[in-house]
Amino acid sequence: MSRLRCTDALPQRTDLPVLLPAAARLLRTAAVERTAGVFMLRLRAKHGVALVALFLIGCAIAEAQVQAGHPSILATLWKWTPLLLRGFLFNLLISAIAMALGTLVGLFLGFAQISLVTPVKKGAWLTTHFFRNAPWLVLLFYCLFLLPFQVTVLGLTFPIPDWIKATFGLSLPVMANVSEIVRGALQSIPTTQWESAASLAFTRRQTLWMIILPQCIKRMLPPWMNLYAILTMATVLTSIVGVNEMMSLTRQALSAENRPGLLLAFYSYVLFWFFLYCYPIARWTVRLEAKYAVNI
Amino acid sequence: MPATNAEPIVVVRDVHKSFGPVEVLKGVSLEVAKGGVACIIGPSGSGKSTLLRCINGLVPIDQGSIRVGEFDVHKLKTDAEKIALRKEVSIVFQQYNLFPHKTALENVMMAPIHVLKEGKDEVRLRAAALLKRVGLSAKADAYPGELSGGQQQRVAIARSLAMRPEVMLFDEVTGALDPETVKEVLNTIKALAQDGMTCILVTHEMRFAREIADQVYFTDGGVIVESGPPAQLFDHPTKERTRAFLSEIL
Repeated sequence: MSRLRCTDALPQRTDLPVLLPAAARLLRTAAVERTAGVFMLRLRAKHGVALVALFLIGCAIAEAQVQAGHPSILATLWKWTPLLLRGFLFNLLISAIAMALGTLVGLFLGFAQISLVTPVKKGAWLTTHFFRNAPWLVLLFYCLFLLPFQVTVLGLTFPIPDWIKATFGLSLPVMANVSEIVRGALQSIPTTQWESAASLAFTRRQTLWMIILPQCIKRMLPPWMNLYAILTMATVLTSIVGVNEMMSLTRQALSAENRPGLLLAFYSYVLFWFFLYCYPIARWTVRLEAKYAVNI
Repeated sequence: MPATNAEPIVVVRDVHKSFGPVEVLKGVSLEVAKGGVACIIGPSGSGKSTLLRCINGLVPIDQGSIRVGEFDVHKLKTDAEKIALRKEVSIVFQQYNLFPHKTALENVMMAPIHVLKEGKDEVRLRAAALLKRVGLSAKADAYPGELSGGQQQRVAIARSLAMRPEVMLFDEVTGALDPETVKEVLNTIKALAQDGMTCILVTHEMRFAREIADQVYFTDGGVIVESGPPAQLFDHPTKERTRAFLSEIL
């Protein structure tokens, strides 16, 4: 396969007007990266400024309502930060486990979607589309109420805490989305690669693992990272089913403080932390997409 | 060396193949002796490539029989049986189809290591020797994307040879190349044929076919219109259709 390198002449050669802005942007990106020799996240300052502004407005509104004898808003936030951050780390833990589990199962579900055995293929298709199109919150509730609260293995009883069930619930839609990412990537590899591998007497399994999948990694990475960012933001859903993550803790802090003016400040503070984590991932994804979009 | 009197290693008898409503092969028969070289010529869409794919079991046939060495290709059902056949019969494609994520050397090494289960060190030596044979020692560590079409095609030939096949099939291997690089690939094939490899070529290079073939088959519309030694077929074609085709392109 010859690779089409990004050249400066591309925008002029493109006849499709809709591609022109994107092509120009991708070229600039590629050019900067070439000269710098390293990849860049190219974080956009204005995105952060907007969020900080929102946060400050929240603080200002709250500050204006501060009554005599109460500590300032920032001091209050600072006081709660250790607890909230512990909650945030819990969000990240849930997202990491759900992603790992969902990716592992989703990978094989994706393989099953291109199986030559019709029942396997149909079953995988059905599973994928069921979980892909079900609301995440509904899946969470299902897992919470359908999974047992403890399991007994060899006479030993292990409790299953709610957060584990919630993590499992979140991994289901991840699994379905990964399955689609994998299927799409596998099918995007020309069939001549399969034919070529078959003519060299590779088995179908060997072809999949050694020849097709390695060529897919690049294509799968951007949508997979995108999915992870979405999952991380969705972990706050677990607060509804009683997991003590950042959102639940924020609510608890607010009720302990019992000062309505704090609402906006606290919730923008939560937003700020998620932003801090997800934004670089999102930007990196955009960068990878740009890079691989040009290298056809 | 041409060995026309040796027993046939490839025997194709009355092969029919349809893709949906389109019958691509309508009763094709041919025989290739061990160490022999057969060239299949004919207009596009006459079923030449399909015939080659049938011979190594990539495309199942509807009717007739194909025998390669000890394998009855039309009776092979399981993957294991087809894999055994493909160790004996290797095909080189028009579009090279190298694995783009592997270097030239790794492309050649992959099948012997993972399919023939040979030792890595020994395979590396053999693969290096094969790349040398096709004149690409200097490009061993290059990725397919960094090679020219002719170079990629020669790597593809080396990759097929690494399986130590008894029969090599070439499917319009110079079809995607520019005229200058065609020669380097043809020379590689010629050297192979002279070393006694049984070759079946689908080609549009008439001069090459005349030079290398023991037997030339002219196909059109899914049947073999005429066949014979190159001198006879090219210089004294008996069928009107053959004459028309040759006068078009020669």
